Amino acid sequence: MFVLYKLYFDLSKIIFHLPATFVAFFKQTFSQSLHNMSTIIYNRFDEEVHPPRLSPDYKSTVLRAPTKPLIVVKQSLSESTGPLFGDFNLGPLDHDLTKNSVVNGQPLGERIVVHGRVVNENGQPIPNTLIEIWQANSAGRYVHKVDQHDAPLDPNFLGAGRCMTDKDGNYKFYTIKPGAYPWGNHYNAWRPNHIHFSLFGANITNRLVTQMYFPGDPLLQYDPIFLGVPPKGRDLLISQFDLSVTEPHFALGYRFDFVLRGHNQTPFENS
Amino acid sequence: MKQTPSQTVGPYFAYGLSPEQYLYDFKQLVGNQLVNPIDEPNVITITGKVFDGEGVVIPDAMIEVWQNDGQQQLFGRFGTGTDPQNRFVFHTKKPASVNGQAPHLSIIVFMRGQLIHSYTRLYFPDEAELNATDEVLNVVPEERRSTLIAQKTPSGYEFDIWMQGEKETVFFDI
Repeated sequence: MFVLYKLYFDLSKIIFHLPATFVAFFKQTFSQSLHNMSTIIYNRFDEEVHPPRLSPDYKSTVLRAPTKPLIVVKQSLSESTGPLFGDFNLGPLDHDLTKNSVVNGQPLGERIVVHGRVVNENGQPIPNTLIEIWQANSAGRYVHKVDQHDAPLDPNFLGAGRCMTDKDGNYKFYTIKPGAYPWGNHYNAWRPNHIHFSLFGANITNRLVTQMYFPGDPLLQYDPIFLGVPPKGRDLLISQFDLSVTEPHFALGYRFDFVLRGHNQTPFENS
Repeated sequence: MKQTPSQTVGPYFAYGLSPEQYLYDFKQLVGNQLVNPIDEPNVITITGKVFDGEGVVIPDAMIEVWQNDGQQQLFGRFGTGTDPQNRFVFHTKKPASVNGQAPHLSIIVFMRGQLIHSYTRLYFPDEAELNATDEVLNVVPEERRSTLIAQKTPSGYEFDIWMQGEKETVFFDI
């Protein structure tokens, strides 16, 4: 099974790279591997760690959270597959937010390295998957036009980046530590320092958008978005200071690993 | 190993996830043209609005579309913040039927106020026969099935998403 799983990733990548004449041949093999994959059932969202839809302390959920029970769907080709992005699409500085939008100098703030690994619940690494991030600058201000917080924009910092995981599921970004900022949820509400992450994984059941927080942040205990996560899941959203990737005279290191939804078969089950 | 918990996409995703659509100076990998060129006769346009529990159009949702009919794998993403009516707009081709399922698009809905994204499907009004036998549609209570079926328009299809209320769209646990 492990071979087929790998084949699925590799072949589908090839399809997007190859000229049309080769595609037909690979498509046959691709659908073959999809057919064999059909016995794989992806796990559901784990309610022990994921936030509920309605979380009234986070006020915007009140009018936006679906109220009727979700309907369970038997997974089909639509669910067992998802978009794949070739790394040829990425710019050389896309993963380095300290450099990817420089105009006339370096961005202000504390440089950091954020790295980690993307695996599924079975412990299998997720290679060649797209990770996108966005964040506020060191003063707690987003570039987004809707953000009216009275803190300075940084002409040399956009706050957006992306990368692909390598063959072992590892990723690494360089950025600036984001600042805290106020928001309108309740009186004197402040968001803790955080970086937004978007991940794709193996298929659309794996899709994950989340936020990475920093260890020891005193605002976490007051943040209804973070506290929307059940207690069992909260520590999973806090990165760890990592001296091993801290770069001398340059940047502090943080580690943040991802676990995406796994499936009902382990790699060695059929061997 | 425990799954990494979900958090909201928040209100400020645009410059990171759909920068060109929102006119930020950063290349975007994914947009609303699932096919290229879009002026071919079999290209369809899908538009829709996202409504909150008070029937107000949501201007800061992000919609992703995935379709795989075994022949074509297509993916798109569009925020509701740039269209004058706060619609999402996608240009694509209608997928074929796979294994007896009715043609459909998988839709993922993200927004501020959702701590975890929602999955739904768009089905086509001109596929009555396949819709009637579709495995997924048949699991949905009959009175709610219409929330998953787009309306025909002169240029394609319209598919509104209601987060709550009488017309609440069916969302799936996939």
